[in-house]
Amino acid sequence: MKEVFVHLNKCQGCRSCQLACAVAHSESKNLFGALAETPAPRYRLYLEQGDGVKVPLTCRHCDPAPCLEACIAGALYRDERGAVRRWEERCVGCWTCIMVCPYGVVGREKERKLAVKCDLCHGLEVPACVQACPTKALVYAEAESFGAEIRKSAAGVIIGGKG
Amino acid sequence: MEKSKDLASRAMLKVAESQELSTIWDRFAAQTPQCGFGELGTCCRNCLQGPCRIDPFGEGATLGACGASADTIVARNLIRAIAAGTAAHSGHAKHLAHTLLKSAEGRAPDYPVKDEAKLRGVAQRLGLATEGKSTSEIAHQVAAAALADFSEKETPVAWAATNVTQGRVETFLKYGVVPTGIDAAIAEVMHRTNYGVDADPVNLLLGGVKCALADFAGCAMGTDLADILFGTPKPVVSRANLGVLKADAVNIGLHGHSPILSDIIAQVAHELDGEARAAGAAAGINLVGICCTGNEVLMRHGIPSATHSVSQELAIITGALDAMVVDYQCIMPSLAPLAECFHTRLITTMPIAKIPGATHIEFTEEKAGQAAREIIRLGIEAFKKRDSSKVNIPDHQSVAMAGFSTEAIVGALALLNKDDPLKPLIDNIVAGNILGVCLFAGCNNVRVPQDENLLVMVKALARENVLILATGCAAGAFTRHGLLTSEATNEYAGEGLKAVLTALGQAVGLPGPLPLVLHMGSCVDNTRAAQVAVAVANRLGVDLDKLPVVASAPEPTTEKAIAIGTWAVAAGLPTHVGVIPPVLGSPLVAKVLTQDVKGLFGGYFLVDTDPVTSAQKLVEAIRERRAGLGL
Repeated sequence: MKEVFVHLNKCQGCRSCQLACAVAHSESKNLFGALAETPAPRYRLYLEQGDGVKVPLTCRHCDPAPCLEACIAGALYRDERGAVRRWEERCVGCWTCIMVCPYGVVGREKERKLAVKCDLCHGLEVPACVQACPTKALVYAEAESFGAEIRKSAAGVIIGGKG
Repeated sequence: MEKSKDLASRAMLKVAESQELSTIWDRFAAQTPQCGFGELGTCCRNCLQGPCRIDPFGEGATLGACGASADTIVARNLIRAIAAGTAAHSGHAKHLAHTLLKSAEGRAPDYPVKDEAKLRGVAQRLGLATEGKSTSEIAHQVAAAALADFSEKETPVAWAATNVTQGRVETFLKYGVVPTGIDAAIAEVMHRTNYGVDADPVNLLLGGVKCALADFAGCAMGTDLADILFGTPKPVVSRANLGVLKADAVNIGLHGHSPILSDIIAQVAHELDGEARAAGAAAGINLVGICCTGNEVLMRHGIPSATHSVSQELAIITGALDAMVVDYQCIMPSLAPLAECFHTRLITTMPIAKIPGATHIEFTEEKAGQAAREIIRLGIEAFKKRDSSKVNIPDHQSVAMAGFSTEAIVGALALLNKDDPLKPLIDNIVAGNILGVCLFAGCNNVRVPQDENLLVMVKALARENVLILATGCAAGAFTRHGLLTSEATNEYAGEGLKAVLTALGQAVGLPGPLPLVLHMGSCVDNTRAAQVAVAVANRLGVDLDKLPVVASAPEPTTEKAIAIGTWAVAAGLPTHVGVIPPVLGSPLVAKVLTQDVKGLFGGYFLVDTDPVTSAQKLVEAIRERRAGLGL
């Protein structure tokens, strides 16, 4: 499956991904309209700083996924693409998923007591965060091709070329 | 998205695509999606602890590191933009003031006073003693008064206070927004937006209004001094769009905003026709205008306008432009690498506006004629290297009647009523033949298909009998699209408006009505339109905020447009903006600008990106004003 990967050296910490994520999960699908919505649309990826490096944290859609295994309400499921998603009507707002997620990337919508997490932008060809990234730090790719890209670049470094 | 409504622009964009030449549209696409914090105005870079950004969805940071809220940050950013716009307009005016001073002191022989009546009129308006004084003495006084308007004084900026109604002066005093120095007002904005000074969003916005009134003064001064030095425009017939370039001429584009150099080039160009012909250009020198420098030389010399704003690069892509001479403002740095793909010489001339890759010929008033000739000769040299296989001059050009200064409009009205020239205009407004007046100003913006908003709105308003005034690149767009013609009046004006423009056309001896759009000049010349409104208000004995007059910048781009829009609102006008300004990150600021400000100044911003509903809202605003006057 295609997933969201991060080139850690490219992230500038602009948070464009977060705004795009919130807009993609809004009713109006545009920034100016999204601002007026209640409840406010939520973004589903995060930005932290680790040892001076800006790190976008996205759901890894783990398999097996701790959140999915721990959900007592059966509100989480894996869709046909392999993305871990949530059925809104089943979520009881117990936040067990938040407790078990090793990345801390499950959030909550307090108003309706719903867990909110990345759904890989179901319905979009490329997730909104990836489209919004001005430095292409976020990429939407198969794990194998992302790894291959890194190997190719590493090979370039080893032989002293430009990669 | 369609890039342009202009057929010449479209033709050149095809050439750009086939030759893989990058234009503003390509670079804008590469910039999208743009940063939402910037779009909302909630990114603060005013201190070294930033950038701080406010999360519009309330999940992340709600305050900057210093504690500034979204309201504070948005207001600070907005008024800094107003200060930048003010610096540009008033910098242009200050340049003219220095030129006038040098002229008066005999240090600039190429700059005699061309319009002595205007000089005396301005001096009288400023309250300067003119009795028995020579032209150069008065010029010296006016130049000194202009330069004095820049620093902090105990008295209001003269070019602001003497150009508005008494009612406006009182309103401005009441809210503490009277500038006492143009540069001082700009500096004050920079001070109050500095780390840890003004945090009150409404107080900040009032500071922005004060600075915008300094912008108004700078614009008015720019117009006055340019008219004194180069002549007050009179109606003139010319042509516009890229089709004005000639395959058999040395084509020289005059781009930017200032008439100081461009007017001299216009005066001396034909001295060098012989040299151009000797180089093989049978038609000699062909000067063409771009952006507001183009408007300046169109208004005073009838020099055709090649193009404006977002399509400036396309003039080079014709392969027929031999030199592009630029002064300052709205000159895209991309012109230099683009010119390198052709034979075109890009020539910068101002010490504050250099572009890597361009040839710089520093211009001074003392040696203006010499610099002008040197520049034209560079064009002739470049012409010799023109590659005819790269020449693609599009067919499109329109006839255009421009040159409608306040004096020209009042002069035309005086032919209908010599003793009370404004009466025919007022009578027709009262009778409803003219519903109201709309001033179109501002630029093109790459977010909008070039000219689309402008064209849709002007036609909708004219159909509703709204008299149309225009300046800057908005006027430029109408010029390129053939709306400065009698034919456009016959085609698009409502019956009442058509009858009025026809009567005026007959009075001035035209075979048809006056043009649908009255071109009042460059972007500093927005104050010409304000002058007409002030004269009408004074004649009627009401303030500006009661008149059925509105303004619109359907496709604004620059910080100058933000400054102009703000003084239009302060002047009491409902002011439409067709591109969303970076203020929505603060619902408070957005509300003050679009609603609350009406209670203070009578004017307000009307933000709408849809040209159809925008035109409807402006017509409604005009009707509301008419109802207020009992019309």
